[in-house]
Amino acid sequence: MLGKLTLSAIPYQNPIVMGAVVFMGLTAVAVLGTITLLGKWKYLWTEWLTSVDHKKIGAMYVILAGVMLLRGFADAIMMRAQQALAYGPHAGYLPPEHFDQVFSAHGTIMIFFMAMPFMIGLMNCVLPLQIGARDVAFPFLNSLSLWLTVVGAMLVNLSLAVGNFARTGWLAYPPLSELHFSPGVGVDYYIWALQISGIGTTLSGVNFIATILKMRAPGMTLMRMPVFTWAALCTNILIVAAFPILTVSLALLALDRYLGMHFFTNSLGGDPMMYINLIWIWGHPEVYILILPAFGIFSEIIATFSGKRLFGYTSMVFATMAIALLSFLVWLHHFFTMGSGADVNAFFGITTMVIAVPTGVKIFNWLFTMYRGRVRLESPVLWTIGFMITFAIGGMSGVLMAVPPADFVLHNSLFLVAHFHNVIIGGVVFGAMAGLTYWFPKVFGFRLNETLGKAAFWCWLVGFYVAFMPLYVLGLMGATRRMDHYDNPAWQPLFVVAAIGAVIIFCGIMLQLAQVVVSIVQREQARDLTGDPWGGRTLEWATASPPPAYNFARIPVVRDRDAFWDMKQRGVNMKAAVYRPIHMPRNTGTGFVMAVFIGLAGFAMIWHIWWLAIGGCAAAMVALIRHAFDDDRDYYVEAEEVRRTETLRGRHQLRSV
Amino acid sequence: MKLHDTATQAQGGARLIRLLPLAAALLLSGCRWAVLDPKGPVGLQERSIILTATVLMLIVVVPVIALILIFAWRYRASNLNAEYRPDWSHSNRIEAVVWLIPCVIVAALGVIAWRSSHTLDPYRPLDSKVRPIRIDAVALDWKWLFIYPDQKVATVNQVAFPANVPVEFHITSATVMNAFFIPQLGSQIYAMAGMQTELHLLADEPGTYQGLSSNYSGAGFSGMTFKAVALPQRGFDAWVAKVKASPQTLGPGAYEQLARQSENNPVAYYSQVPASLFADIVAGKAAGNAQAAAPMAAMTGMTGRYVPRSNQ
Repeated sequence: MLGKLTLSAIPYQNPIVMGAVVFMGLTAVAVLGTITLLGKWKYLWTEWLTSVDHKKIGAMYVILAGVMLLRGFADAIMMRAQQALAYGPHAGYLPPEHFDQVFSAHGTIMIFFMAMPFMIGLMNCVLPLQIGARDVAFPFLNSLSLWLTVVGAMLVNLSLAVGNFARTGWLAYPPLSELHFSPGVGVDYYIWALQISGIGTTLSGVNFIATILKMRAPGMTLMRMPVFTWAALCTNILIVAAFPILTVSLALLALDRYLGMHFFTNSLGGDPMMYINLIWIWGHPEVYILILPAFGIFSEIIATFSGKRLFGYTSMVFATMAIALLSFLVWLHHFFTMGSGADVNAFFGITTMVIAVPTGVKIFNWLFTMYRGRVRLESPVLWTIGFMITFAIGGMSGVLMAVPPADFVLHNSLFLVAHFHNVIIGGVVFGAMAGLTYWFPKVFGFRLNETLGKAAFWCWLVGFYVAFMPLYVLGLMGATRRMDHYDNPAWQPLFVVAAIGAVIIFCGIMLQLAQVVVSIVQREQARDLTGDPWGGRTLEWATASPPPAYNFARIPVVRDRDAFWDMKQRGVNMKAAVYRPIHMPRNTGTGFVMAVFIGLAGFAMIWHIWWLAIGGCAAAMVALIRHAFDDDRDYYVEAEEVRRTETLRGRHQLRSV
Repeated sequence: MKLHDTATQAQGGARLIRLLPLAAALLLSGCRWAVLDPKGPVGLQERSIILTATVLMLIVVVPVIALILIFAWRYRASNLNAEYRPDWSHSNRIEAVVWLIPCVIVAALGVIAWRSSHTLDPYRPLDSKVRPIRIDAVALDWKWLFIYPDQKVATVNQVAFPANVPVEFHITSATVMNAFFIPQLGSQIYAMAGMQTELHLLADEPGTYQGLSSNYSGAGFSGMTFKAVALPQRGFDAWVAKVKASPQTLGPGAYEQLARQSENNPVAYYSQVPASLFADIVAGKAAGNAQAAAPMAAMTGMTGRYVPRSNQ
């Protein structure tokens, strides 16, 4: 009846895990209790869970990313503590089977459930506004994507309380991830969490491509799109091209594990190298799926806060496209040490270096955007400058490892770990934080506290260097990654320094939490009544903050790259003379309901509860079919209501002037 | 006169740049930075590539970082003396330079990458007049088995070889993927079941060097370290004699026992080992192989250069 699931799946004998489980449980009870106490269930359901409004969906993605950042960071602190302690005769406090889950979960969570939702969330918040659209092309699909991602994240976290997580590293290389070597449910949690959220991501990719290509405001030609929109377009093309590869790779691994097939096993013709190739053919574009939106964010911020057009727009667009294309030609650099021939290694080494050209051009372009500008050194700019410097260093260590013989001694070492954290924290995380600070007033109508924001930035920046520079050195000292214990006492001081760095980053995260709380409490002082708090250049600043559900009362006509800047220069009146009814999609709970059923089916697959797996899929299918026959899926915002909303906004504007 | 000065300065600059990797090497050689303190030609060349490439990139990265800080400060909003041109966003000259500079550096690095990939191909025998010694390495859960096909002995978690003699490692795994790595001697390469990879190394001087698996392989992974001992020829012969005197032998039963999962294994010596053991492990025929590997895995290999062992 319950497959492999028994009470013994709950690790009640492990105090650390149970502590975390109890903490998570209490937090959940507290949150649910507060909602009940405030009587907000109906509000939550009608305004958020069933919402198809891209701004709300984006906000929920970012909240998910924030929560998962805390979870992934808890893993990081545990690893740093273990490695600071476990040398020579000391075993540390985590046994290998726990430590191995911790680093696997850290990587999986940070990439799939922190970085990805953060970027997709920001795209959701901003993209339709930037191109002057009322929503994404497929609002229901958008809601489904969100909830599939949430369900995937929930499965990963459930593995803490019920069963265990993979002990295979975040990419689950076979044969280690095959049934023979990983007989438990850990890898199955990994597979189904990523399959479910991966489908959500693929659907998002389709949605955004359609949105960008078909829904731009009149006059916005491709070469007038904001650079963030360009970056998002390239990102989503990468998603649509790369994520099916992940889905297929994991499906083949699942066939091995569930039906005894031999795609990647050691025996009967299986070939683990095939998996390693496939996973990196997805995995390398994935890196650019994360970093390209960040590049877009920095481009917007640096132009806005320099009070100047972005330098070299055309170069920037071509560089972004070049990076997107090249990202499919470099995957083998993740395993130069697998024994490919010199020609193959050299080819992939050189293609990897070539990516440094368009990336370098971007850095120069941001540099020359500041040149002869009026740079306001507010926190989004601090993140940007911190990024430019940190990313230059991370890029350098990356290009270094693109030389195959250099990689022969640096591969899999802590030098590599330092490198990818250097580019992912310095690039993706800084970009996400910059974007959050920049667009927060647009989505919520008030600014984040600047003092706390700056303090958080400095903690992150300093913490990053203190945490990861020692890892570069450790890599050069011959320390490899994923060790739960080591014998060389000379390494220990550096691990201690790295742990201190992690604590400094922790202070940064705490300051950010405080920043959100303080900003909400003091929101009246920080209200953005103009809709344009930073002197913006692109269309998202042309509407109110927060924008009405329909975004624009009248779709703007674009005559310049910096469309809103141009309108301000020409003194264009955004107000419509006559308001017309606006056609909008109606909220639907189908996405949420489907995701819950699919999540149940995923859980059932993990524990071999076949009836529930079939039932969950069938129920999701029924919900979809029901939705397909539902004709009442849209409505009109009456002209009178539009007029009322816009008049109210006008008064705000007047007051702020 | 002035012209002459600049020329000398430029020359001095060029010399300085050439000396930089050397200076860095000197600075670091005293430290215990294994990768930057190599004891063999492979590691030496790899260190020189790392240092050269780093210096080449620093030529651009340092000025760029300086410019970022200078521009951010000079053009800060409060500095009203700085020029402000809000509509300036294009310059063919600057564009040409910013595309050209990365191209030049990448071209230089590309040449280094192409050449060094070939000269330092792990499969390429080292240039040496001395006949190499052959050692087969097998990754087990969680220890390393070393088989000496010519000496007909085997060891666990210790590999000895004569200094200044090229070592030809043939590497496989009887379990999951691992990587064979002796940081102070140079390159690492994966150990994979059903196929064998090759690695040519040489130790310049006698000494004991730390070896490890650098690819995570499960619970006992951290303890999967070994000592690589480079000995003078006479010392090596004595070492082989010592191994040959060991009462333990590695028959099928003993191998099956050894292949079982165990952690933090002590060094072990085996005075006899079946001639076909390594080939059998590669072919998945050895008793106790975790999930017997089939030759087909190797035939379909996408990147591992599998060398069929049937001719032996």
